[in-house]
Amino acid sequence: MTLDRLNIGERAVVTAVGGEGILRRRLLDMGITPKTKLMVRKMAPLGDPIEIHIRGYELTLRKEDAAKITVEKIVEE
Amino acid sequence: MAMTFALIGNQNCGKTTLFNQLTGSNQHVGNFPGVTVDKKEGTIKNSGGAVVVDLPGIYSISPYTMEEIVTRDYLLGGDPDGIINIVDATNIERNLYLTLQLLELEMPMIVALNMMDEVAGSGGSIDIQKISDGLGVPVVPISASKNQGIDELVERALQTVRHREKPLHHDFCKGEVHRAIHSIAHMIEDHTEAHNIPWRFAATKLVEGDTGMMDKLEINQNEREIVQHVADEMEAALGTDREAALADMRYSYIEQVCAHAVHKPQETMEQQRSVKIDRILTHKVFAIPIFLGIMLMVFWLTFGVVGSTLSDLFGEGISFVTNLADAALTSMNIAPALHSLVIDGIFAGVGSVLGFMPTIVTLFFFLSILEDSGYMARVAFVMDKLLRKIGLSGRSFVPMVIGFGCSVPAIMASRTLSSERDRKMTILLTPFMSCSAKLPIYSVFVAAFFPEQGALVMMALYVTGMAVAILVGLLLKNTIYRGNPVPFVMELPAYRLPSAQNVLRHMWDKAKDFVVKAFTIIFMATIIVWLLQNFGPGLRPVQDSADSLLAVMGRWLAPVFAPLGFGDWRAATALVTGLMAKETVVSTLAVLMNVGDSALLAPVLSQMFTPLAASAFLVFTLLYMPCVAAMAAVRRELGSLRGAVTAMAFQTGVAWVVAFLVYQVGAMLGF
Repeated sequence: MTLDRLNIGERAVVTAVGGEGILRRRLLDMGITPKTKLMVRKMAPLGDPIEIHIRGYELTLRKEDAAKITVEKIVEE
Repeated sequence: MAMTFALIGNQNCGKTTLFNQLTGSNQHVGNFPGVTVDKKEGTIKNSGGAVVVDLPGIYSISPYTMEEIVTRDYLLGGDPDGIINIVDATNIERNLYLTLQLLELEMPMIVALNMMDEVAGSGGSIDIQKISDGLGVPVVPISASKNQGIDELVERALQTVRHREKPLHHDFCKGEVHRAIHSIAHMIEDHTEAHNIPWRFAATKLVEGDTGMMDKLEINQNEREIVQHVADEMEAALGTDREAALADMRYSYIEQVCAHAVHKPQETMEQQRSVKIDRILTHKVFAIPIFLGIMLMVFWLTFGVVGSTLSDLFGEGISFVTNLADAALTSMNIAPALHSLVIDGIFAGVGSVLGFMPTIVTLFFFLSILEDSGYMARVAFVMDKLLRKIGLSGRSFVPMVIGFGCSVPAIMASRTLSSERDRKMTILLTPFMSCSAKLPIYSVFVAAFFPEQGALVMMALYVTGMAVAILVGLLLKNTIYRGNPVPFVMELPAYRLPSAQNVLRHMWDKAKDFVVKAFTIIFMATIIVWLLQNFGPGLRPVQDSADSLLAVMGRWLAPVFAPLGFGDWRAATALVTGLMAKETVVSTLAVLMNVGDSALLAPVLSQMFTPLAASAFLVFTLLYMPCVAAMAAVRRELGSLRGAVTAMAFQTGVAWVVAFLVYQVGAMLGF
């Protein structure tokens, strides 16, 4: 599934980072690389962008960009 | 020759605080050549004259944004002798990503590990020696906000440069990536030596697919194909592409270094506190009302309480100095024309513009608190969706809101936007937000023509301004600014108490900026307006302003406004003087209508305007080019006179078209 589909509070592992050019580079530079764990913290009041917790900090990105990041949901037992 | 250090770090890592601690008041702001990126320089205290240059806050030195390119060119340009890399210890993994790229430059370098107090305060610890071993450069723990560790940092930095200690290693790769980088490095050795670019840095950039670096090194077609082939092989072997492979290489190395050295809780106390604060400040329902409340409060304090008190005091100060100068000139028996130029021209003109200063300084006081505390990033987060449709990001929201107060600080505030494209668009659109200096014009006209529907007309004007901004934004987005905007992928930093030193420093810089403007562009403009007002054709001094060059200009311009319903030369003249400061429109009209006091203006205005023409006039006033102080700010922030002139012409054109539509469509509808 893709990052924009996760619900608030859900955790996941990044499996692939799509997009191209400056966007993709920026995502990678900010630490969204394959095998990294992340958590969806919240959604902006107007429903977009989203806030994620990754590598110990808070990052915000738009849903259309989050849709380019493939993740695997971590199922908590 | 004094040593020069480049200070580099991510955004929100305390770089400005460290810069202020290092230099104290010994600093000045300039520009990097050809771009509107600030270049702050200062002399380091107790260092025997070493200079530190504050570079823009960046996350990587990939050549995508203006800031990254500026940083890269500056570092490779050979000016700095060493690098001070500031790293936020509470967010160490992502911060070290930039560090690894800097190490590849093979320059003497030192890492300042900032916010160590927060790590310790949350029960964490970082083994400095292990980090230093892992990176191969000295690491000094500091707390910039508490002024801890700065002396040691300076001492070690000087030592590093003096002994020309280069990073001990820069090989963070293994396996396929290693093979690719090293085979390319071998091939381009002659090129890197010839162009004096560190080989390791160049090789990495080539593997990453950086075409700018290829051009810089003058790599020929044959070699380009080899680079392509090597990278293709690496991609095939790893099952991933080159950019991801290299980002992964750096982060893997960082994880490995941190795994042994960093013991900290998942989140520091400050980060946990921020999450709690955000439960309210970015709350689904409350976020927007809270933001509006904060902005209202800032406006009330700036334009009401503090600003007006300070403005009054300041005004008294200016008139005191003016009177002194007046008396001095009289006693010296200076020629009346020159006397008038100095007092009525320069003192009155520059004085009235300097009158903005308290407002601007107060506004920047609040703005830097909002920025430094971390709240501005939340505003961008909350408001992004609204601005995206016109091709901007949430970051532009605050400058635009400030525009309702005064365009000058609003345009100056656009400096915080990280993308050049967003900055330009914001500067173009902000003046459409009706500034407070236009209110006196509205109230006189409303009293004269629409006494019953006053509030409604005022509201309609504000809404028209915003609607025009949206339409123009859409137009720009689909024409000249069609290209890809800088992506909105932004850190939400932990909330922190802004430091008094940073806030004061920021206010001081902005005040200085404004004063410099007041005495250059605005000074020139006041002299020109004075000449136009006091001299007639053939440069003969005139008694009646109706005979002045300004009036001649007004008569000459009047036909341009005839299709808008106000072809009277006095209206045109008032609009021209409005360029000094918008409220002048009212006082000029009062003089030209021979009523003496603006309060008596309303009853006689109907001699000149029909209600429909008055509406068109108001719309034109709302939208046409801003006052000279704002023009000066636009020129400064765009970094080009041509750009500023184009912007002014564009805004005036838009104003003409909209006012034309109001008048002609209104006339057709029978108003």
